Amino acid sequence: MTLTVEDFYAIWLTLQLALLTTALLLLVGTPVAWWLSRTTSRLKGPVGAVVALPLVLPPTVLGFYLLVAMGPEGFVGRLTQQAGLGTLPFSFAGLVVGSVFYSMPFVVQPLHNAFEAVGRRPLEAAATLRAGPWDTFFSVVVPLARPGFVTAAVLGFAHTVGEFGVVLMIGGNIPQRTRVVSVQIYNHVEAMEYAQAHWLAGGMVVFSFVVLLALYTSRRAPSAGF
Amino acid sequence: MQASAHDLPAPSGAVLAASEGIHARFLVAYPGFSLDVDLRLPGRGVTGLFGKSGSGKTSCLRCIAGLAPARSGYLRVNGEVWLDSANRVSVPTHKRPLGYVFQEPSLFPHLTVQDNLLYGHKRIPRAQRRVRLEQAAGLLGIDHLLARMPAGLSGGERQRVGIARALLTSPRLLLMDEPLASLDAGRKQEILPYLERLHDELEIPLIYVSHSQEEIARLADHLVLIENGRAIASGPIADTLARLDLPSAMAGDASVVIDGRAGEHDPAYGLLTVHLARGGSFLRAVHAPVPPGQRLRIAIQARDVSLALNRQEDGSILNLLPVRVVEVAATGNPAHVMVRVDADGTPLLARITRYSADRLELAPGKAAWAQVKAVSLLA
Repeated sequence: MTLTVEDFYAIWLTLQLALLTTALLLLVGTPVAWWLSRTTSRLKGPVGAVVALPLVLPPTVLGFYLLVAMGPEGFVGRLTQQAGLGTLPFSFAGLVVGSVFYSMPFVVQPLHNAFEAVGRRPLEAAATLRAGPWDTFFSVVVPLARPGFVTAAVLGFAHTVGEFGVVLMIGGNIPQRTRVVSVQIYNHVEAMEYAQAHWLAGGMVVFSFVVLLALYTSRRAPSAGF
Repeated sequence: MQASAHDLPAPSGAVLAASEGIHARFLVAYPGFSLDVDLRLPGRGVTGLFGKSGSGKTSCLRCIAGLAPARSGYLRVNGEVWLDSANRVSVPTHKRPLGYVFQEPSLFPHLTVQDNLLYGHKRIPRAQRRVRLEQAAGLLGIDHLLARMPAGLSGGERQRVGIARALLTSPRLLLMDEPLASLDAGRKQEILPYLERLHDELEIPLIYVSHSQEEIARLADHLVLIENGRAIASGPIADTLARLDLPSAMAGDASVVIDGRAGEHDPAYGLLTVHLARGGSFLRAVHAPVPPGQRLRIAIQARDVSLALNRQEDGSILNLLPVRVVEVAATGNPAHVMVRVDADGTPLLARITRYSADRLELAPGKAAWAQVKAVSLLA
């Protein structure tokens, strides 16, 4: 086996980061996507655009502004310091925050599409059958939008695993704390350890392919998502 | 048929007195359309909301259900206030004890028929459950479908499940929005008998939206005509259909609807006697035997009624009723007039030539004989 202990640490850290990020994104992204699919507010366009920004921005730009905001002089940094949490950059928590922003569109957009596909009628039918709004959401919307939730979770997880630029900007390259697989591959390449880079890079290719294969074969119509 | 909706909740006695019935007033403004109605409807029986598409009848029903917001409005159903915008009262839809049947059945595709039926049932307090699953399924003839998924049902079956699902919430008001409109003619005939059975067995008010004269004539006891977002008439169906000032009376197929009870059947000639609900008159029609006393509804088209000043004993027309002329009105065709007559309390319409009306010197108050050429039994 040519993987080093450091490589395994990187893989373990990457999985932790992706799982935690996916869980947080489903919690945060679901209400955002629900709001986007129901609202008639004029804020719908701007909010939708902000959520989609990471799709088009270079990760370094996102990482740079997150670094500034979360730094000691930044708006978020002051809040976290006042709360006694210190500052987030170069910590695992910082990576989680960065990843949530970075992968947000990959979770919100499949959910948004799935919620819109549910339509208004099942909600009205549920209301005439005595189901309140929360009840309706969990007993009707979630089951009907389940393919959207699966797509959102898979894409959010896979996209976080593949994150590089944002990690480097706000996490650096600290072993066991912020050194994820993509950064570790970069280290191997910089050190001319191509064989080890191959093991990790090839693993990423296989992982991504398997994830997407599962997604595309489990879905009857590839409508939601990207 | 043991299962019945007889024990559907009647409003509790305490609130019956003066506040019985439905008072619905809504003002809703959409771009290019406004709904402005003030309706007082009976607290039981079937009220038909009749009008063309786009007239506002569905908007009105959605306001009653609370699915559409009214800018200002008031809604009281058998003593309970559901909406009073002046006092900032607005009960949300899921807290209104109503049942709603949509034009498309709107079943939950991820649940079996049984779980669809129980969706509302299990959300009401146990003490308020007055209809059991087997009762509703039996009433609508869907017992054999309980384990199926909605996607595997025909359109008619889905709509019957939708109706049963609404009944299982033990509603105190049932609302139906063109429940047959999305079905073909065969499926309509499949469901209409179930609706008629509901009409006979239900002890709660049912508001039925339709643009089909046939459905309204068969089901409704009370009729509201809606045009351009306004209620242009509201009253018992027999009286409202016989009004000459309404566009329905001027249509070529104007007819009246009369409630009656089955009388004796003459097997030799295949004739059934129908006693009219009002007054002592009766009609006879070619029909199979019906258990005596059963409630029947008949329709008589204005063009099938002619008038004579004397009883024509030597004609072939079976049904002769003594009547009094109430009103004579012009029709869209200048050669014809529409005459409204009163047959011992039952209004009838007769479409005759203006020549005949002048020759017989028909005028309000004049006694005459109505000769009814055809009687059709609706139910």
